[in-house]
Amino acid sequence: MTDPLLHIEGLSKSFGALKATDDVTLSLKPGEIHALIGPNGAGKSTLIKQVAGALVPDAGTVWLNGRDVTKLPTAARARAGLGRTFQISSLAMEYTVLQNAVLGALGARGSVWRFLGNVMRDKALRGTAERALARVGLMEQALVRTSELSHGQRRLLEVAVALTLEPDVFLMDEPMAGLGADGSRRMTGFLDDLRSRAPILLVEHDMDAVFALADRISVLVYGKIIATGTADEIRANPEVRSAYLGEEIVI
Amino acid sequence: MIRREGIINTLIFLSLPAVAGAALLLDEPFTITLATRAAILALAAVGLNLALGLGGLVSLGHAAFFGIGGYAMGILASHAQSYVPLIDTWIVIEGTKSMPVIWLVAVIASAFAALAIGALSLRTSGVYFIMITLAFGQMFYYFAISWPAYGGEDGLSIYVRNDFPGLNTLVPIQFFGLVFTILALVLWAMGRLAASPFGLALNAARQNAERVETVGLTPFRLRLVAFVISGAITGLAGALFADLNRFVSPSMFSWQMSGEFIVFIVLGGIGRLFGPVAGACLFVVLEHMLSGVSEFWLIYVGAILLLVVLFARGGLIGTLAGRAVAHD
Repeated sequence: MTDPLLHIEGLSKSFGALKATDDVTLSLKPGEIHALIGPNGAGKSTLIKQVAGALVPDAGTVWLNGRDVTKLPTAARARAGLGRTFQISSLAMEYTVLQNAVLGALGARGSVWRFLGNVMRDKALRGTAERALARVGLMEQALVRTSELSHGQRRLLEVAVALTLEPDVFLMDEPMAGLGADGSRRMTGFLDDLRSRAPILLVEHDMDAVFALADRISVLVYGKIIATGTADEIRANPEVRSAYLGEEIVI
Repeated sequence: MIRREGIINTLIFLSLPAVAGAALLLDEPFTITLATRAAILALAAVGLNLALGLGGLVSLGHAAFFGIGGYAMGILASHAQSYVPLIDTWIVIEGTKSMPVIWLVAVIASAFAALAIGALSLRTSGVYFIMITLAFGQMFYYFAISWPAYGGEDGLSIYVRNDFPGLNTLVPIQFFGLVFTILALVLWAMGRLAASPFGLALNAARQNAERVETVGLTPFRLRLVAFVISGAITGLAGALFADLNRFVSPSMFSWQMSGEFIVFIVLGGIGRLFGPVAGACLFVVLEHMLSGVSEFWLIYVGAILLLVVLFARGGLIGTLAGRAVAHD
């Protein structure tokens, strides 16, 4: 068995009396897509924030690449190999698509302390940025201002910027949200290919996508993981059916 | 549209030497001094524009750096003119009348001050950042007032303008040429900086700090470096301003001064390379024309500022050149 690239051990976070994350343990192995599902308010966003470094847990440890990153801030975790995409697109809206991608390439390079050379004429940075845009199919929009992109295109740009980082682990928060049936199908195909490059911890509401993609699924309810297993195991789990999937959803 | 902005920038920029040159031909040295004053104030605001326009850091304390630059000149030159060494306990440091040395001291001193002020204030943001920079500026102001060794409230007079190799700096057009050259060099460097890797990251941190962190960069460090460069440029402008007036006083540290720098930037166009130049020129022209009309001329400037903020957000340059186009 291979060592997990991302491992979360006993993570807990409370807001007052509310246990938003309750002793969560999960791992992400090379080459896999591990989906995290759960009803609204289950604490998915809180968990993601603790993995990304935006929120400090009360207890527990986050291991990335065998290194304890629990105390590291967001930027340091990105440098340690974490590529995150947001549920609500978080981009530099005044910049062009290409500038956003170059920013990612610049972050991956790490040396930002150059004050005179023109960044958009840096062949290496531009090459990395353009390859990432080409992979998600945004090359035609490279010179469009990001604020003028459609919602779906912004989601793709988020993924492209994460690609420029060449991370060891992807952390994707609802990449399908608002994409529509067609966009969702394309994103599913894309993520399917992407797992061979780096494993993905995927938070997603779109059940078709989750069951099509995930090697393993963890179900989060009231901050606790109630089950982890393959798609078939999760479908068959009675606890999951009653707690989350409900009677009205047929899978 | 980007070309139109380029033409407007060139016109605004060249208006300074054009006015100075015309004044030379018409033998109006006071007008040359006005153009010099506009160029120096523009330089101070170009410094602030790096923090405010590109970095989104609304500093209401940049007069601190302007004043430090001014006092660097005042202190060094006053010791040189009285032949009393600045320090003579362990090592002897004499005052100086050499502009390059004074500039260097002004830049280094204001950079260090910006490093200290920035390291503390950049932990806050928004209104708190404005207030804490204002507080630091006021600290320097009251310190200068209560420092009798260098004039206290009355300030320091320097009888002869400092020297620059090969120039007679007391000739207005020569001093103007020197100031204008510095302004041109700094504008060139600022233009390069805005397009550099650092500029891209700094501007991105203003737009979306979360995005910058997610690619592994630290907004705090980017902003601190920007704040230091910004303070150093404003400090250099302070040294020149003191030399122009041959006088330094605590008013260089006043919060009204900081406010004026912001007004130049808003009038000219926030975040635009030549915005502060346009704003400072406009301000000096208004000051000259309106102060003859009424003692309360700032009321008119206030009205113009109000119109710009309400109806012409891009300032003078934005109104003339249209919306900024994203870089390639």
